[in-house]
Amino acid sequence: MSSNEVLRVENLHKKFGSLHVLKGVSEHITKGEVVSIIGPSGGGKSTFLRCLNLLEVPDEGKIYFEGIDITDKSVDINVHRQKMGMVFQHFNVFPHMTVGENITMAPVLLGKKSKEEAEKMARELLNRVGLLDKIDEYPKRLSGGQKQRLAIVRALAMEPEVMLFDEPTSALDPEMVGEVLNVIKNLVKEGMTTVIVTHEMGFAREVSDRVFFMDGGIIAEKGSPEDIFGHPQNPRTKEFLGKVLY
Amino acid sequence: MIENMIRVWEKYWNLFLVGLGHTLLLSLITVLMGCILGFFISLLRMSKFKIGNVKPLNVIAAIYVEIIRGTPILLQLYFFYFLLPDLLPFMELSKYTCIAVALCLNSAAYVSEVIRAGIQAVDKGQTEAARCLGLNSRQTMIHVVLPQAVRNILPALCNEFVTMIKETSLASTFFVGELMTQYKTISGALYLVIEPLIIVGIIYLIVTFTLSKCVLLLERRMSAGE
Repeated sequence: MSSNEVLRVENLHKKFGSLHVLKGVSEHITKGEVVSIIGPSGGGKSTFLRCLNLLEVPDEGKIYFEGIDITDKSVDINVHRQKMGMVFQHFNVFPHMTVGENITMAPVLLGKKSKEEAEKMARELLNRVGLLDKIDEYPKRLSGGQKQRLAIVRALAMEPEVMLFDEPTSALDPEMVGEVLNVIKNLVKEGMTTVIVTHEMGFAREVSDRVFFMDGGIIAEKGSPEDIFGHPQNPRTKEFLGKVLY
Repeated sequence: MIENMIRVWEKYWNLFLVGLGHTLLLSLITVLMGCILGFFISLLRMSKFKIGNVKPLNVIAAIYVEIIRGTPILLQLYFFYFLLPDLLPFMELSKYTCIAVALCLNSAAYVSEVIRAGIQAVDKGQTEAARCLGLNSRQTMIHVVLPQAVRNILPALCNEFVTMIKETSLASTFFVGELMTQYKTISGALYLVIEPLIIVGIIYLIVTFTLSKCVLLLERRMSAGE
């Protein structure tokens, strides 16, 4: 196992009742790597991503995060989750807290930062994504794109080792997709290890080091963006890309 | 008749007010205790603790709620009125206490359902987001879920209070001194049935109407706020 490996999954299986969603996925993600996961709905993309921080508990298989098997029952997953940021399709910002409190709550509550440090960091983070003037507003007053930018910096406030994005632009109005993708792009440039489930093929092609095509509960094809988008080998990849790229 | 009503009021207004006081006190105690108890029942009802395939705590809470909701409140009052003094003879419980306990236990079942619904109405994504930041389930409940659930729960709880004000009238069966008991006393003393009844009805109406309007205001403020 190489030392710069952040995540490794081995033979991951997940069933929802009789529905077998993940059928043995094995993969690894190294530090600083940007991986996009594409594929048709129901192919297991989101489930795979949600397994990585145990939002879904796999039925079989192992997940190593920084070398530690987090599927082991004796592991305190809360500690490891602090180092895995996650961004959701539907933002899930906390409506009862101001923008600033959304960011400072977790680091302060979990003893990572003092209140002053956290507030200072919140201002810096908000400034980076152009939301500093909204710090005392409630999320109700934000647009979808602004909410998602807030969700991203809320995750960053925990200073994670890896960021997981679950279709971060799928619930946005088209004119707001760009602002969110820009934030993610900047993050990637700074070297953040990133796994992103996305339907934005152009974006995946531009930022990724590797692309996984998931279908039928397995990684049906993987490779560099050039390989996957330029010369797909698997007929299912070809069919999928043929439908989404026109 | 109106003249009679005025006469009854002038003679016994203090009894009516004492009765109203008891009614309000009894309802308030009931709902407050019902809230505390109901909160724990709702936690049992939602607990994920499992033995094999059954969740024993859920089952216990569900049975409790079903029994309370499925039997008449008057029956429950009788039950505890007779049972509690026998069960705890050393405590020399007053009938007021027995009735209050019965009302609390009744209210707790309804309140637990209100709280459960309020908590479950909070979007699951909120819990997921909090857990992803590294909060444990208790921290998630306290800092993320409950503050949002309160917005759903509080108006419903106030309505429960209004309901209780009316339900406590059943306690007059045991002459505990609330408004309806005072009616019985006064009508017995005067051999007048309708006039004091109307007065009592008006008092109930004023109180419940005012409170309902307050709940409406509260609801509006809560949805406007944030």
